[in-house]
Amino acid sequence: MTKSADQNAQTTPMLDRRDERVKHAEGIGGSIRAFFDRVRSGDLGSLPVVVGLAIIWTVFQSLNPVFLAPNNLVNLLFDCSTVGVIALGVVCILIVGEIDLSVGSVSGFASALLGVMWVNQGWPVSIAILAALVFGALIGALYAVLFNRFGMPSFVATLAGLLSILGLQLYLLGSTGSINLPYGSPLVEFGQLLVMPDPLSYALAALPGIVMFILGYRTAARRRKAGLSSQPMSTLLLRSVVITVVLEFIAYYLNLDRGIPWMFGLFVGLVVAMNYALTRTKWGRQMLAVGGNREAARRAGINVRFIYTTAFMLCSGLAAAGGVLSAARLASASQQAGTGDVNLNAIAAAVIGGTSLFGGRGSAYSALLGIIVIQSIASGLTLLDLSSSLRYMITGAVLAIAVIVDSLARRSRASHGRA
Amino acid sequence: MDRNQEQRDKRELVLSLRGISKNFGAVSALTDIDLDVHAGEVVALVGDNGAGKSTLVKTLAGVHQPTSGTITFRGHPVTLTDPSAALGLGIATVFQDLALCENLDVVANIFLGRELSPYRLDEVSMELKAWTLLNELSARIPSVREPVASLSGGQRQTVAIARSLLLEPKLILLDEPTAALGVAQTAEVLDLIERVRDRGLGVIMISHNMEDVRAVADRIVVLRLGRNNGVFDPDASNEELVSAITGADNNSVSRRAHRRQAQSGQAPAPEGRQ
Repeated sequence: MTKSADQNAQTTPMLDRRDERVKHAEGIGGSIRAFFDRVRSGDLGSLPVVVGLAIIWTVFQSLNPVFLAPNNLVNLLFDCSTVGVIALGVVCILIVGEIDLSVGSVSGFASALLGVMWVNQGWPVSIAILAALVFGALIGALYAVLFNRFGMPSFVATLAGLLSILGLQLYLLGSTGSINLPYGSPLVEFGQLLVMPDPLSYALAALPGIVMFILGYRTAARRRKAGLSSQPMSTLLLRSVVITVVLEFIAYYLNLDRGIPWMFGLFVGLVVAMNYALTRTKWGRQMLAVGGNREAARRAGINVRFIYTTAFMLCSGLAAAGGVLSAARLASASQQAGTGDVNLNAIAAAVIGGTSLFGGRGSAYSALLGIIVIQSIASGLTLLDLSSSLRYMITGAVLAIAVIVDSLARRSRASHGRA
Repeated sequence: MDRNQEQRDKRELVLSLRGISKNFGAVSALTDIDLDVHAGEVVALVGDNGAGKSTLVKTLAGVHQPTSGTITFRGHPVTLTDPSAALGLGIATVFQDLALCENLDVVANIFLGRELSPYRLDEVSMELKAWTLLNELSARIPSVREPVASLSGGQRQTVAIARSLLLEPKLILLDEPTAALGVAQTAEVLDLIERVRDRGLGVIMISHNMEDVRAVADRIVVLRLGRNNGVFDPDASNEELVSAITGADNNSVSRRAHRRQAQSGQAPAPEGRQ
């Protein structure tokens, strides 16, 4: 029956289109209709965050015309990158259904470690950065041991970590209080000034569309050969063109001012790499499986403990990376680094971007989208000269709204029979 | 009968349990269980609720570790420390609660833990193989790219069975494979069990449905209160089986039959279900 699938392909419907009960979207119109159907059943994807961002930008732009000026947006991207990298780690840990409340402390400690080793001890900066990252990953490994071996809830383990690592940071900085990183050093230049040359930024902005088209074309060809339905060329071309136009416009607009920060480039690079790892590798599939149904994953022969360990280590490691970047951004390693709202901003960014707090759903892009929302609010309120008390309240309200949308969408998905 | 016995002896002994016991605290879920499964044989495991059927299957799947006793698989004593050890040996299990990840699609569930090309998932080959397996089961799955949450109970059962066949196991454990299925799908699954047996695999099947058990089983092993309580041929009479399952000649099933007999003054209708 299936041996002759190749010959059947011409005469009978494609292998995955034989069930006549199922409606399949055809062409561009079909794709748009399918999108609306998905949204109506509660599979919102990144729609809420895009709508939210549009509202936030409209409001702040009408209150202060400087808000959407290229200069402010370039600054926004610099600020996004530091907490954004931390949020990327939070996405990893949320996908397996756990949480890390100590990302702020870990980032602060990493910046302190960088300052002490590089400035006070005179080590090469690369070694100091590496040490900070390794230390971050080791903290994650410790959480994993507490979680896997002693069954300690990640909530409690990382809350304990929040306090003790903050203590470690204060101890390390003890006598001096804060360490200034030398201006003019490559790391600080990277964190404050370095932007891509214009031609390079246009080339990089064209890349996603091209890659998407080539990969999509090759997949479609393989699927056709195998007798499976494939995405129509028109849809693929349209999507690639739209993405390229949007990205080129963003690059053009930012290039009116200084341009795209290299630090933001690094952040986006990490997001793309993480997205690949989560969606296209065995490890990523197993992360989602563990987050969706831990017992099913265990019975399928997945090494659940190993998956948890990688999630904890990635989260802490990326938090340390974010700490190094924020030290570079501020040109200092201080006792305040990583305290205050860093922790919750990172977690809020991941959740606002669409990663579920309950595990099993999420994408690397939610860190990117979420942090742009959070940082837009912060930047807009700073421009309006409002105090941080109001900023906290408004960010908190946005987080609450994001979680409400997530919960309502989950309920709607359940009643429409979607995961 | 003798010929069957001879045939069985010639075949490879896939699995042999001797004296398996499992205690949960003070509760002895299994006591001194012996069980043999040959290649190309369907063994039905029947018993009342709490007889220890599911515990025994979970022990063989590596979910629980036996308190005492030996498991011999294809001639070698083995310890099944975890589910992946059982899978690695060639023991595949379809659990009653199916153990599917609802947030993943059908293809991802079928290949869970055994994805093709780990660093660049080969989605096309996986989808193709998934359709092949599902078509062998004559499954009616609308789309393998929908999350499992959108499937019905019967469709989920089919996905779970398809998944167990992926690794080409030597022994398949089916915990209530037909409980959630419609008439046609039940027949398909029974056909499939026979096809699996004809390929020379050993099959252990738990079921409460005596009709299904008689239809495919080569031997019926009865458990009662965690102990072996007899081995029957599929043509054994209903009374024999029921009394082995419930542990007495005078049980609620026979009492009910006698009552109906007395009421109608006729012989009791043969009951398909216990």
